[in-house]
Amino acid sequence: MAEYATPYPQAIPTVRAPAGLWRWVSTVDHKDIGILYIVTSLFFLFVGGFEALLIRLQLSAPNGKIVDPATFDVLFTMHGTTMIFLVVMPLVIGFANYFVPLMIGARDMVFPRLNAMSYWLLLFGGILLYFSFLAGSPPSDIWFMYAPLTESPYTTNAGPDYWAAGLLVTSVGSIATSINLVVTIIQLRAPGMTISRLPIFVWTVLINSFLILWALPPLAAGMIMLLADRLLGSHFFDVPAGGNVLLWEHLFWWLGHPEVYILILPVFGMISEVVPVFARKPLFGYTFVAASTVGIAFLAMTVWAHHMFTSGLGLTTDAYFAGASMLIAIPTGVKVLNWLATMWRGAIRFTTAMLFAAGFIGEFVIGGLTGPMLAAVPIDWQVHDSYFVVAHFHYVLFGGSVMGLFAGAYYWFPKITGRFMSETLGRWHFWLTIIGVNVAFFPMHFLGLLGMPRHVYTYPNLPGLFLWNFVSSIGAFILGVSMLLFLWNIIVSARRGQVAGDDPWDAWSLEWATSSPPPPYNFANIPTVTSRRPLWDLKHPENPS
Amino acid sequence: MRLIALRILPMDDKVIDFRVHRRDVILFPVRSQVQRITYFLRGAWRLPMTATMVGSLGMLVVPSVALAAPRSPFSPASPQAQSIENLFIFQLVVAGLIFLGVEGVLIYSSFAHRSRPGRQAATFSGNTKVEIAWTAIPALLLIVVFILTVQTMHQATATATDPLTIRVVAHQWWWEFDYPNEGIVTANELHVPVGEQVVIHLESADVIHSFWVPELAGKTDANPGHVNEVTFTAMAPGTYLGQCAEFCGVEHTWMAIRVVAQSTQDYQAWVQMEKRPATTPPAGLAAQGAQIFTAEACGSCHAIAGTSANGVAGPNLTHVASRATIGAGVLDNTPANMARWLQNPQVVKPGALMPNFNLTPDQVNALTAYMETLR
Repeated sequence: MAEYATPYPQAIPTVRAPAGLWRWVSTVDHKDIGILYIVTSLFFLFVGGFEALLIRLQLSAPNGKIVDPATFDVLFTMHGTTMIFLVVMPLVIGFANYFVPLMIGARDMVFPRLNAMSYWLLLFGGILLYFSFLAGSPPSDIWFMYAPLTESPYTTNAGPDYWAAGLLVTSVGSIATSINLVVTIIQLRAPGMTISRLPIFVWTVLINSFLILWALPPLAAGMIMLLADRLLGSHFFDVPAGGNVLLWEHLFWWLGHPEVYILILPVFGMISEVVPVFARKPLFGYTFVAASTVGIAFLAMTVWAHHMFTSGLGLTTDAYFAGASMLIAIPTGVKVLNWLATMWRGAIRFTTAMLFAAGFIGEFVIGGLTGPMLAAVPIDWQVHDSYFVVAHFHYVLFGGSVMGLFAGAYYWFPKITGRFMSETLGRWHFWLTIIGVNVAFFPMHFLGLLGMPRHVYTYPNLPGLFLWNFVSSIGAFILGVSMLLFLWNIIVSARRGQVAGDDPWDAWSLEWATSSPPPPYNFANIPTVTSRRPLWDLKHPENPS
Repeated sequence: MRLIALRILPMDDKVIDFRVHRRDVILFPVRSQVQRITYFLRGAWRLPMTATMVGSLGMLVVPSVALAAPRSPFSPASPQAQSIENLFIFQLVVAGLIFLGVEGVLIYSSFAHRSRPGRQAATFSGNTKVEIAWTAIPALLLIVVFILTVQTMHQATATATDPLTIRVVAHQWWWEFDYPNEGIVTANELHVPVGEQVVIHLESADVIHSFWVPELAGKTDANPGHVNEVTFTAMAPGTYLGQCAEFCGVEHTWMAIRVVAQSTQDYQAWVQMEKRPATTPPAGLAAQGAQIFTAEACGSCHAIAGTSANGVAGPNLTHVASRATIGAGVLDNTPANMARWLQNPQVVKPGALMPNFNLTPDQVNALTAYMETLR
């Protein structure tokens, strides 16, 4: 290991490490900030999950009376907003924060203080959003807040103001952290780590950061316009005064569609790290996996109006957006097939991380296959805003993003804490999750096809509705139990888990070349990279890849 | 008899043996990939494999059986909805086949390519020809899907030369149906003649709503400041249920649509009935009700043709007793339910724009009696 060619031999910076709470408040270390992001997201995961369980409880039978209609609207609005902006997005950013510098052989992010600021903006944006409950006017107009329902005549409380203001704050943080990640990946790569040797996770984070920079500012502008309409008396979305309601739909989905890729591209990256390590084979088709990421991101920018097929944009416009949306199936399919080819004829070790990675592939495919149906305009006319769509995006976001994030969590937990997560609890967690996902979300396809729209607080007792809603609610509670097991596993394993060592999985990327947990300066010597699997080269000098 | 051990190695290092008789191995020699899969399907993995396959097929079969239900796109009653169902079934079949293929490979690989003592992972890491193939084949498939999609879009929206035009105005939380040529205004219950194409001009009086009657047509948004069109031709008499499908505020849930498709004769009879203004009852409880209706200024929101009531904020009540439901679907239209509604609409449909008038039970009975005369 002494052969690292490095311009900075033994250049270990002196670090004054404060302890306790002050450490977490004052930190500018990318690893600590990553942990803060992850812990904050986990907190909001349980908040958003609790909201989901209340929703499922209310809908478990016709004419449910668990919550009143106005509260129900708050629940689904906050569930969606929380899960997207305060759970999956910051989880993805948290993992990127922790692992991008380690994987490219850097000592930290390029702008550590900006990094800390981004995190605190997320936390305070989230708190501002949830403060609306204490102020007595939580948002209740869905996570996509369609104008003019959000305009003052139709929503008289301050819900949309809290929503827009809270998310504006988090958006500034997300934009700042994206700039930080882009510059870090471009500037701070270890010697020899060319763009074609970047780990796929870093590739996806890079592309994802560009996507955030493309998608978030227009929505931020939209939120400012909404606040101006509501608080300053402007008329952007006020039809009688000459405003246009489709303007909000365009601004929102300009973000809203890329957002779903923002939530899953880095997870594709995680899967592309986890599968090769546990299949004991290099990733199949590295170039195609990287290129398909670029393809997905590019297409993601051009398909927003497929959320507006029922808005009346005209058949020609609809046809364009249908075609562009269908194209996304191609690079996405390429990724899935490359993961399968990576597993093919490997020697697969089914750790919990690998179980979740395989589960991710299996569940994501279901959401992926209903995607082209939604892109087919006439089918979308039938299933848009019905429970069929709810099923689709929960398969993609829960069966996909969240299960992939679990794979990443089990894979990287030993690096973050120095200890393994419990495999026994992990297996329970995995099987309950996979059962829960299918029991909760598959019946939602049927509900949508039985004419049940989204965002309804109850439903008439038509054939099938009670049955499938009831089944779905059971699934939701199974998922609730599995989440508690996950939390328990984290708490127990962080304290008493089996000690893991620096490279417990016999992996190949640079984060495993340092200690677990890594020191504040990450690497004593910045390694030189000569291939896509730098750690393999170090371990097998006789047979470099 | 010699046994050949197939082993999988779980994380806890306990070796599980799945022993297969040599005879089976001879019957199914493991040579080519195809034979390997055949062998595999007969081997120890038969149970999980079969369970998955049956489960997957079940996922495809169950819907087609369970969904032939009211309010489903899979029980189409118009050529427009029929064309969408055809496209949907085509895509479901394609997706089902891809699903079985991908999940099959995933599960096969998960079992067959597990780590076990002595197993060496292969070292291949890419194949450009394979990559091009699995890029090009889905692309070709999607071209077919795209062409069918555009075709279906036109089939589902084509309009005949002389359709029946109806103006539909969505309100928070009810539907106004306005037949300009017949001079009829009604609410929540749309009557159409069978076999005649209907073109709906869809508007909104306030926020965005969406008109969705799955058996007749896909959904279309009702946007304020922008008229959209919906078209369908009901092919069989019957009642088709629908629902507002874009969240429009607190009572979005109870914004149901009933489309009653009738033979031309029945439809004409209905038109004649709807054209008839209401007659104010001369005496009795209903007459008292009519007076209360005027005294409480109900007519500033509701219209009753033939009286001074001409409000447009709420549903037209000229023939309210002939409709099947109250409150856009929240209650069946019976005298008892009408009384419940009048007693306090906010209990029945919390958040509805009709306030609680704090009527006495006597007033409620009188008003209910009056409403029952409005047929």
